[in-house]
Amino acid sequence: MIPKPFEYHSPQSLGDAVAMLQQYGDEAKLLAGGHSLLPMMKLRFAMPSHLIDLNRIPDLAGVSESGNEIRIGAMTTENQLIWSELLQRKLPLLVEAARLIADPQVRYRGTIGGDIAHGDPGNDHPALMLTLDASFVLAGANGERVVPASEFFLGTYYTAMNPDEIMTQIRIPVPPQGTGWCYAKLKRKTGDFAAAAAAVLLQMKGDTCTGVAIGLTNLGPTALRASDAEAALTGQPLTADAIEAAAQKVMAICEPAADLRGDETYKTAMAGEMFRKAIRTAMERCTR
Amino acid sequence: MSQTVKVTFKLNDRPVEVLVEPRELLIHTLREKLAHTGPHIGCETSHCGACTVDMNGASLKSCTILTVQCEGADILTIEGIAKNGELHALQEGFMQEHGLQCGFCTPGMITRAYRLLQEIPDPTEEEIRYWMAGNLCRCTGYQNIVKSIQYAARKLRGEPVETSHPLMGEKAAQSEMAG
Amino acid sequence: MDTVADQTERLGKLEGMGCSRKRREDPRFIQGKGNYVDDIKMPGMLFGVMVRSPYAHARIKKIDTSKAKAHPGVYAVLTAEDLKPLKLHWMPTLAGDVQAVLADEKVSFQNQEVAFVVAEDRYVAADAAELVEVEYEPLPVVIDPFKALAPDAPVIRDDLQGKDTGSHGARKHHNHIFNWEVGDRDKTERVFADAEVTVKQDMLYPRVHPCPLETCGCVASFDKIRGDLTVYITSQAPHVVRTVVGLLSTIPESKIRIISPDIGGGFGNKVGVYPGYVAAIVASIVLGRPVKWIESRQENLTTTAFARDYHMTGELAADKDGRIKALRVKVIADHGAFDACADPTKYPAGLFHVCTGSYDIPNAFVSVDGVYTNKFPGGVAYRCSFRVTEAVYLVERMIDTLALKLGIDRAEIRKRNFIRKDQFPYATPLGLEYDSGDYAPALDKVLAAMDYQGLLAEQAKKRADPDSPTLMGIGICTFTEIVGAGPSKNCDILGIGMFDSCEIRVHPDGSAIARMGTITQGQGHQTTYAQIIATETGIPASMIHTEEGDTATAPYGLGTYGSRSTPVAGAAVANASRKIREKARQIAAHLLEVAPDDLEFDLDQFRVKGVPGKAKSMKEIAWAAYNNVPPGMEHGLEAVDYYDPPNFTFPFGAYMCVLDIDRHTGETQVRRFYALDDCGTRINPMIIEGQIHGGLTEGFAVAMGQQMPYDDEGNVMGSTLMDYFVPTSMETPKWETDFTVTPSPHHPIGAKGVAESPHVGSIPCFTSAVVDAFSHLGVTHMNMPHSSYRVWQQCQALGIAN
Repeated sequence: MIPKPFEYHSPQSLGDAVAMLQQYGDEAKLLAGGHSLLPMMKLRFAMPSHLIDLNRIPDLAGVSESGNEIRIGAMTTENQLIWSELLQRKLPLLVEAARLIADPQVRYRGTIGGDIAHGDPGNDHPALMLTLDASFVLAGANGERVVPASEFFLGTYYTAMNPDEIMTQIRIPVPPQGTGWCYAKLKRKTGDFAAAAAAVLLQMKGDTCTGVAIGLTNLGPTALRASDAEAALTGQPLTADAIEAAAQKVMAICEPAADLRGDETYKTAMAGEMFRKAIRTAMERCTR
Repeated sequence: MSQTVKVTFKLNDRPVEVLVEPRELLIHTLREKLAHTGPHIGCETSHCGACTVDMNGASLKSCTILTVQCEGADILTIEGIAKNGELHALQEGFMQEHGLQCGFCTPGMITRAYRLLQEIPDPTEEEIRYWMAGNLCRCTGYQNIVKSIQYAARKLRGEPVETSHPLMGEKAAQSEMAG
Repeated sequence: MDTVADQTERLGKLEGMGCSRKRREDPRFIQGKGNYVDDIKMPGMLFGVMVRSPYAHARIKKIDTSKAKAHPGVYAVLTAEDLKPLKLHWMPTLAGDVQAVLADEKVSFQNQEVAFVVAEDRYVAADAAELVEVEYEPLPVVIDPFKALAPDAPVIRDDLQGKDTGSHGARKHHNHIFNWEVGDRDKTERVFADAEVTVKQDMLYPRVHPCPLETCGCVASFDKIRGDLTVYITSQAPHVVRTVVGLLSTIPESKIRIISPDIGGGFGNKVGVYPGYVAAIVASIVLGRPVKWIESRQENLTTTAFARDYHMTGELAADKDGRIKALRVKVIADHGAFDACADPTKYPAGLFHVCTGSYDIPNAFVSVDGVYTNKFPGGVAYRCSFRVTEAVYLVERMIDTLALKLGIDRAEIRKRNFIRKDQFPYATPLGLEYDSGDYAPALDKVLAAMDYQGLLAEQAKKRADPDSPTLMGIGICTFTEIVGAGPSKNCDILGIGMFDSCEIRVHPDGSAIARMGTITQGQGHQTTYAQIIATETGIPASMIHTEEGDTATAPYGLGTYGSRSTPVAGAAVANASRKIREKARQIAAHLLEVAPDDLEFDLDQFRVKGVPGKAKSMKEIAWAAYNNVPPGMEHGLEAVDYYDPPNFTFPFGAYMCVLDIDRHTGETQVRRFYALDDCGTRINPMIIEGQIHGGLTEGFAVAMGQQMPYDDEGNVMGSTLMDYFVPTSMETPKWETDFTVTPSPHHPIGAKGVAESPHVGSIPCFTSAVVDAFSHLGVTHMNMPHSSYRVWQQCQALGIAN
């Protein structure tokens, strides 16, 4: 449980960090909160020769509002998300989800950017980002580009980020007033990844669903957006039958990997169950 | 072996300087180089919390942070919780409410609870259970740990507490070191 | 003055038995000043790590250590070849088998020890360990103990080939270790043949690990000049380690000092002698420098001593009123690649024969077969006395099964079968003699506290509602434990009787030091032993310093496991105290110029009967012991006692659990858990309650999530604390505790031991509750762990998951 030797770099600016990434190429890894990377290095599954620590770069953390958009610095920790009054008011889904990630100490270190950029379908933020229609600001040698979450997650540990890019910010449109929300996560214990989890954002008028977004965690090679289920619900009264039909569509897109948390059958069934739980809770939280 | 790096930080209010390889984990620096063996190693995968220290106002698992990352930091360990020979209310609480048995998780528990009570001075039992869930204990079943933290919270808020341990109160820490 | 207030004040000052004295251990732990093995640092100390096998079964073709040895900072790389000249490549296990210290030509389980790298620190050692090149030829793997007994199963132990007897008798197959039978087979068969009702149930007690928060480790330091070996070690039995090390190394025990400093939890994991310890000792002898070895969590969970792995089949014969006539049990015990159980020599299945439980079962027969598989060795008692958890699980499951079959309430069927109070001492059909018990009142107290009838009514209502999202389960367990191993006529380890010991010296100022052969790992011995001495001698507990764990100072004892500290060493403490008190009486008589019989002991003094005010305090007597003793008496005030218990002790309890299962997710929520324990005389209620909380929590972990699973290639899965279930404060239920007091008639202070009862008793109680949630649907048993996943599979199979 001892990492291989490496060189440590602590750039003071984003430009320096990008330059280092370019210089060291594949030999380098970015260090954000470190709670995914350092354990992998201790097990010697990851053996970078250069470690570039993003923690000293100013202005990469914090939550702000810009127009109708919430902007979250990529180095903002889970704990900061939980205690952000702005998020509690405008994006309670993110706060609810952050409270279910890892444990208190890990949440002081773990960052939203690291969680997303790692590309692990077991992480919670990817599905949340899909659900929230977020986009990511990626800084590289040629400046910044903005990539929507829907185009970001390409495979397990595989994202649209170029090797010389650094995620700097997450931009999330503020959902309309009255939007209902819920992140339902089934896990074996505190600190565990989800056996299955579902994020739901819901708008309703009367009994009718006027808009819905559904994201799924740890149920495929990447986080999933359940578009078929969304389409089936939009414009429909949210009857028990409609929800059940959507649950079937949610389960239809799941391709979970079997592990000690359960086999494919169980995890897929739990995807349906987490969705049912999430949408019911979101309905209760909707202002109609 | 890679080159060593000089790192300076504050440990329990005292400046320290260490030479470390970049890969050295803070828990090893504290225990091996700085003779602070209060924080323990229980799992090395950031699950158990026995290595918890407080850094810059946050509870951290020191098995999952590099010492080089601590340049300029302000670090508090269990060794720094008692001040001027006076036990902290949490230390009292753990003794009073039988919040420990083998003692291995205790430094991490107390250090974590220290930060919790800064953030939530009047936590409910459910809040304590939620915010202490990063620390494993194999002995107590947590029930008395919850009570210990409630005891400390009451004392820190200035409410009366029942103190029956003979070592508590004035100069308690010193009398123990003698015994 | 002898007023009530005065008595109360003196009693308070004494802090003797029965009071919730705060712990003397705590001040150092709460200030980070504990002294655990990994805290020990010695000048010139080196660090050792194990190179381990990735294969579960393979021949070792070649080991090349040259690159590792050439790595800067490396001092030695040991393999079996290096240990052979010293005859240390194999070592005896506590179960009469042998175990490879470093793999000798083959490996038989994943992560088996292959080479030991010693370097200047743990970083260099980790780097060098990667440079050891081992060439393996994989062999067929057998994980399932039933398949291991197939005629053509792979041979796991080449070293035993051709040996058709082991240390426990005949071996009937190359992967067979022993067969152990107890009870009257023929009579039991006849009762079954004639029985009105029989039930039979297969059950697996899965492989689990005690997982103390501190892993195992040691610092071995051999002084080449003096020829002395000192080992700081995470051991629950330091004296036994000294004897084993002496046997292995041929260093006389007088030159070996084993020190168990503070121990970060043991729970059975720290009873055995492990290859890492031996390798560190050898390396220190070879290099003449201290060598530290500390295992990682992964190593801990996959190499040092699992528990359980019992495949059990239970059968009960009864009449139609549910009165049990006979019990028959067959067990296949998976011991892994080496039989490294820590059991008393005569009992290869430990004290499993307590499996008739709290019930008056006239006939019983038990047969246990030990089997080798390609898994790591162990079979230790995880927070229980030897194999008692398995035994209690079996009988409690069986009585539930019988109740279901007959449609008799589970509390009622227990009452019909309880051993009655007037039957004690009670001889069981499997050869044990229960010391004392009073079972029915304990169960009645729990039923009342939980409003059992109300719960049944609520459950009936829920069962009638097909739309109820949850299933409600009520679990009952009325267990009898057997602890305090043990009487030397039955119990020894490596030929040493399982007595324990205490030595007390009272100093001139009236303070005292006491040393025992046990070692606390969180049980609070420093606190509670002093309470016994305080009550027995009249010396205030605060004036008594207790010490354990250092073989250079402590009297020989067999250590702390199997709840033996209070029943065995606690008795030695009481007896040694009484010897002190008797000498004190003689001195007091001398000082007061009366006959010893004219004196009576009164809390902290001897006073002359019927003469108020004429008394000598223990403090005065202690001083006199050093300057004014009666003619012919030796000076000093000290005593030693080696206590060989006449019998085991038999704590018992009645537990009830109520839980709700979400049939859509399989998640279980424990609503209430009520634990009534009877551990005889209670020394410190605060510590007892703490021990019970801890035992219940570990029982909860075992029942609901712990398991050490293997794939078909023998890869051990889930060896981190992400996968191996250690509940946090969030998952752990809240516990309600209660007690009755039925003292042990043969123990000097009537105490029985407590810390393991809650583990032993809670596990079947959880299973009872989970199964009960499904019993109206025809389910009679479900194997542990009752994880959401597995419970959901049950719901799915019954068609109620959706």
